[in-house]
Amino acid sequence: MVDSASTEAPTETATPDVATSTEIAPIISTRRFAAFREFWGYFSKNLGALIGLVVFGLLILIAIFAPFVAPHDPDNQFRDFLLAPPVWQGGTWQFILGTDPLGRDLLSRLIFGSRFSLLIGLIVVTGALFSGVILGLLAGYFRGWVDVVIMRIMDVILAFPSLLLALVLVAILGPGLVNAMIAIAIVLQPHFARLTRASVMAEKNREYIVSARLAGAGAFRLMLLTILPNCLAPLIVQATLSFSNAILEAAALGFLGMGAQPPTPEWGTMLADARQYILRASWVVTFPGLCILITVLAINLMGDGLRDALDPKLKRS
Amino acid sequence: MLRFILNRLALVIPTFIGISILSFGFIRLLPGDPVDVLSGEHTMSVQRHDELLHQFGLDRPIWQQYADYLWRALNGDLGISLSNHHPVMQQFLQLFPATIELSVCAMIIAIVLGVTLGMLAAARRDTWIDQLTMGGALVGYSMPIFWWGLLLIIVFAAGLHWFPVQGRMDLAIYFKPVTGFMLIDSLLSGQKGAFQSAVQHLVLPSIVLSTIPLAVIARQTRSAMLEVLNEDYVRTARAKGLREARVTAIHAFRNALIPVVTTIGLQVGTLLAGAVLTETIFSWPGIGKWMIDAIGHRDYTVVQGGLLLIAIVVMVVNLVVDVLYALINPRIRVQ
Repeated sequence: MVDSASTEAPTETATPDVATSTEIAPIISTRRFAAFREFWGYFSKNLGALIGLVVFGLLILIAIFAPFVAPHDPDNQFRDFLLAPPVWQGGTWQFILGTDPLGRDLLSRLIFGSRFSLLIGLIVVTGALFSGVILGLLAGYFRGWVDVVIMRIMDVILAFPSLLLALVLVAILGPGLVNAMIAIAIVLQPHFARLTRASVMAEKNREYIVSARLAGAGAFRLMLLTILPNCLAPLIVQATLSFSNAILEAAALGFLGMGAQPPTPEWGTMLADARQYILRASWVVTFPGLCILITVLAINLMGDGLRDALDPKLKRS
Repeated sequence: MLRFILNRLALVIPTFIGISILSFGFIRLLPGDPVDVLSGEHTMSVQRHDELLHQFGLDRPIWQQYADYLWRALNGDLGISLSNHHPVMQQFLQLFPATIELSVCAMIIAIVLGVTLGMLAAARRDTWIDQLTMGGALVGYSMPIFWWGLLLIIVFAAGLHWFPVQGRMDLAIYFKPVTGFMLIDSLLSGQKGAFQSAVQHLVLPSIVLSTIPLAVIARQTRSAMLEVLNEDYVRTARAKGLREARVTAIHAFRNALIPVVTTIGLQVGTLLAGAVLTETIFSWPGIGKWMIDAIGHRDYTVVQGGLLLIAIVVMVVNLVVDVLYALINPRIRVQ
């Protein structure tokens, strides 16, 4: 584990150069910086990961400043320009990527759509990470029946193809973006729970945990402050992969009419709306899908870089 | 080996019970009264409501309802579709071959191309071949397949007219299905052009469905090969003066196969999820489209039954993969 200074803290306190308590704080902070530098050293060597990072950064900027970047209002219908082609196919500069069947500017809708995709990724991953880590910590720390109950439930969730389970959950909760996000978070969280449980079980009997327990640390302190920071590396990698998965699944749900509902400019929903026009106006189908692909690709490139940088021993898969 | 299989079977039971509880609970979790949901009637008198409540057994204790559901499910009775009143099980069995045919074709493409490309990338590590293959694999892995399907339709079906847009067989050709597998049935029918039509209808959906498994298998094969190529026995094989092709294809590949087989097994769930999207795009009459249509029509007995059956399929395939895995890798058996 190279990312966390606290990994080494318990053993480091025993070394002679950290004799007094006043010196510990600055040493830890420079260590943290050094750990980051080491991580960045690995990460920046990976050209793909850097490209992914830049594209992802740009996407975030576009999403934040969407009202300033977009040439038109995403819901404004220009009735004289229904299905206007992109500028290089004989369209006008007013609508660079053309318009959709209702005469809305495609570029503006795509720009506003980036907000939804990134927000979906962020919220789903936060939800899945939070619940998965808590369940994994409880299962790995307490073992026994707690472990059995939690992990069997996770097995059941994993037994269903993820998209299908998400679809059924949305059928129960009702179609909509929020419900789609809840469903995807439920489907993705077993991965976090399993990963956390495995790391907790590996760490639990290490010396620093035993010493913390001897020092009188309670179960919650041990779980959250002592064990968890040392399980972070695989969780960060999994979070990145889940981020792109969440975007893909939300777009798929939108495409099947079970995610965000029209007129929300969510990319998957836009594709579903445009499907019947694929033969007449291919641009209404091409661009939303391209946006999904670029976003997911950028995040996956970053994820590969993160994985190699955080733990070079982890296998590529 | 028998002990390993029995152990693995014992692990399946709690998962199966969990799956059945989830599928049983599905109708009861839906918003609204389960009687309304199951009967499809919305305005009914109190008397009719009580009558149906009793008819569906919903007035009995919940554990009794569950036991009853489980017993009937184990006997192959999953209720009647609310929209077309056919037994759910019968519909599933009718549609499942279409999904199997599509999935098997997709898996063959994914395994053959994925393993070949992965080995090629590993053998030519850090050359342009490696970078191109792995770049392609990452794009495939990130692909929204519903969009990919639409793109292929735009180019190859609508533009070049090489392949049909949807369905499993040309409308002008008709024969009575025997096995449910169009490739076999079309050959059995002896009709001219039937087999060719079946193949043509399969090409685009199979490519779409194979995309993600292909990418995953290629990446996994490459990394497994790279790991093995550094092993001592590979160096020994080279030192013996064997040709590089023989070292890669026989000494290294056989050992790299183990993680690849696991990956292939894990792709079955992905494949079934992908089938939902692929079948929707190409109007392929399989269980994925059946489930989507059922959700759309609020045909909840079909959703409930389909959910249970699909989960069982995934579970059984995972079990088979685990056993196969133990067969190729004796170390697993001993543990």
